[in-house]
Amino acid sequence: MSALLEARNLVKRYGSVEALRGASFEVRAGEVVALIGDNGAGKSTLVKCLSGAERPDSGEILLEGRPVVLDSPTTARQLGIETVYQDLAVAPELDPAANLYLGRELRRGGLLGRLGMLDKAEMRRRAAEHFRTLGVQVQSLDVPIGALSGGQRQGVAVARAVVWANKVVFMDEPTAALGVVQRERVLDVIRRVRDTGVAVVLISHNMPEVQAVADRVEVLRLGRRVARFTAADVSLEQLVGAMTGALSQEDAA
Amino acid sequence: MSGDAETTNGTVVTGETAGTGAGNSTVDNEGGAGLPRRTAWQRLVGASTFWIGLVLVALYAVFSALSPNSFPTLYNFQTLLIEAAVLLVLSVGMTFVIITSGIDLSVGSVLVFAGVAGAMTMEAVSPGGDATQAGVGTIALGLLLSLVSGAAWGLLNGLLIARFKIPPLIVTLGSFGAALGAAQLLTGGVDVRTVPAALRDSLGFGQTFQVPHMVLVAAVVTLFGAWLLHTTTFGRYTFAIGSNEEAARRVGISVTRHLVFVYTFVGLLAGLAGFMSLAYFGTTTIAGHSTDNLNAIAATVLGGTSLFGGVGSVLGTVIGVFIPAVLQKGFVIVGVQPFWQPIAVSVVLVAAVWFDQKRRRARDSGR
Repeated sequence: MSALLEARNLVKRYGSVEALRGASFEVRAGEVVALIGDNGAGKSTLVKCLSGAERPDSGEILLEGRPVVLDSPTTARQLGIETVYQDLAVAPELDPAANLYLGRELRRGGLLGRLGMLDKAEMRRRAAEHFRTLGVQVQSLDVPIGALSGGQRQGVAVARAVVWANKVVFMDEPTAALGVVQRERVLDVIRRVRDTGVAVVLISHNMPEVQAVADRVEVLRLGRRVARFTAADVSLEQLVGAMTGALSQEDAA
Repeated sequence: MSGDAETTNGTVVTGETAGTGAGNSTVDNEGGAGLPRRTAWQRLVGASTFWIGLVLVALYAVFSALSPNSFPTLYNFQTLLIEAAVLLVLSVGMTFVIITSGIDLSVGSVLVFAGVAGAMTMEAVSPGGDATQAGVGTIALGLLLSLVSGAAWGLLNGLLIARFKIPPLIVTLGSFGAALGAAQLLTGGVDVRTVPAALRDSLGFGQTFQVPHMVLVAAVVTLFGAWLLHTTTFGRYTFAIGSNEEAARRVGISVTRHLVFVYTFVGLLAGLAGFMSLAYFGTTTIAGHSTDNLNAIAATVLGGTSLFGGVGSVLGTVIGVFIPAVLQKGFVIVGVQPFWQPIAVSVVLVAAVWFDQKRRRARDSGR
């Protein structure tokens, strides 16, 4: 099966610092790929390049085999690529449905819709439906999401990305701030999304989590891809070895 | 608001305590409609608008009881509304700005400038520079000039704030001084006093079925503001930007453009307020609006709009406008020195903000 989203030899410099030195990456439809690496390996920069937040200095990005230019997050979203940010990026004073539809509000039919009137009831109904199918727990749809627990808030943030993503979802440490039970729920959502045929890229420092949910693992080190594994066959030692440079697969880059 | 997430449902299990794993993660909120919908009563008592509204009703009742012959009269009610009309128009605009977590200190000066621009235009096209006998065409031209000049100041504010990233406090402090200075330059510091009699009779003092036209205009503006804020995408983006500007930007909302629109809208309303003031007072009242900005901000915040952005309502602002107005009228009528009014308003204002802060802290640290 060919890659859905592929990066080839991306280079990104910030001043004299080379964050990416010819990094490659690929993810196929319907799989969870964990992107791991030590701090400063270039994970965040790579994700920013692939989600339109940054533009690489050189290299190629291909979506379904065709080269694409991701010049803004909006462009990426229009192509079906969504991102769940580490710092959530939700509007705490708005309710869950309003957050889910933020920037994509449903309007009423006819003249009222053309005047900009929102169809709140329909958004609420569909939001409840999305939360249900994704297994996202939301205690109430009528309170601002700032009043929800961290796990529920994260659930809404994840739901917002995956509801609209029809190709790829990037998740930057989606479980970092969560407790054990909440973490399990988010991983569950990730599996459900994968089962719908969307590609999920998970950035994580948590190796047991990576092994639990990922189908494949790609390892970055010093701005390059240094190893690729099938998650089922890989041991913790191999992952750590690849991240620290003790082990490398020459062919991976 | 902090406590209203809880007991609305006995049956729904909260996310944290429910079981884990792939198998049973959907059982908690069965069906889209299974989520609890708050009853009308719960919504009502959960809203800070409700409580501040009670304060207003209580004040009105107390003054009516203290002075049953002179306070609760039609005439008194009408004057109360007329005197609040101009401030209400300013405060509706201020509500939008504060919800974006901005501020506009310039509204009073823009009001003056717009009044001067309108009045001088009407004089300029009238024979002998006396606009007293001017007709409908001249009045319409004056209105247009007031609206355009108000909107222009708002546009300038918005561009400086949104595009050049200068803090709203500084930008509007600047235009607060500049707009007033410009108005004084245009007039040489002397109020324009020839205002068309037709304007004064129609808008300034006119009534239809006991409803003063000043009040009618303010009511239309208020209803339009409430519609825009609470039912349209424009309003939704206003809340979203105030709640989390970065999140709004990331979902593709054009934050810069929206902020420019919001400040232009406030300027436009200040222009309208300037024209209303002209019709009511029959002069440009250049020196009379130095605290309009603070009154509008106080009314907005009193009505439950948060200075931190993301929270607020037009209905709350209406109530916030009338609490000081009722206090003022009431104190005069029952014979308390009216100097108590600003003190009483300040106490209520500080208390309102304190409650807002407490609510936020409870929420942020809560769970």
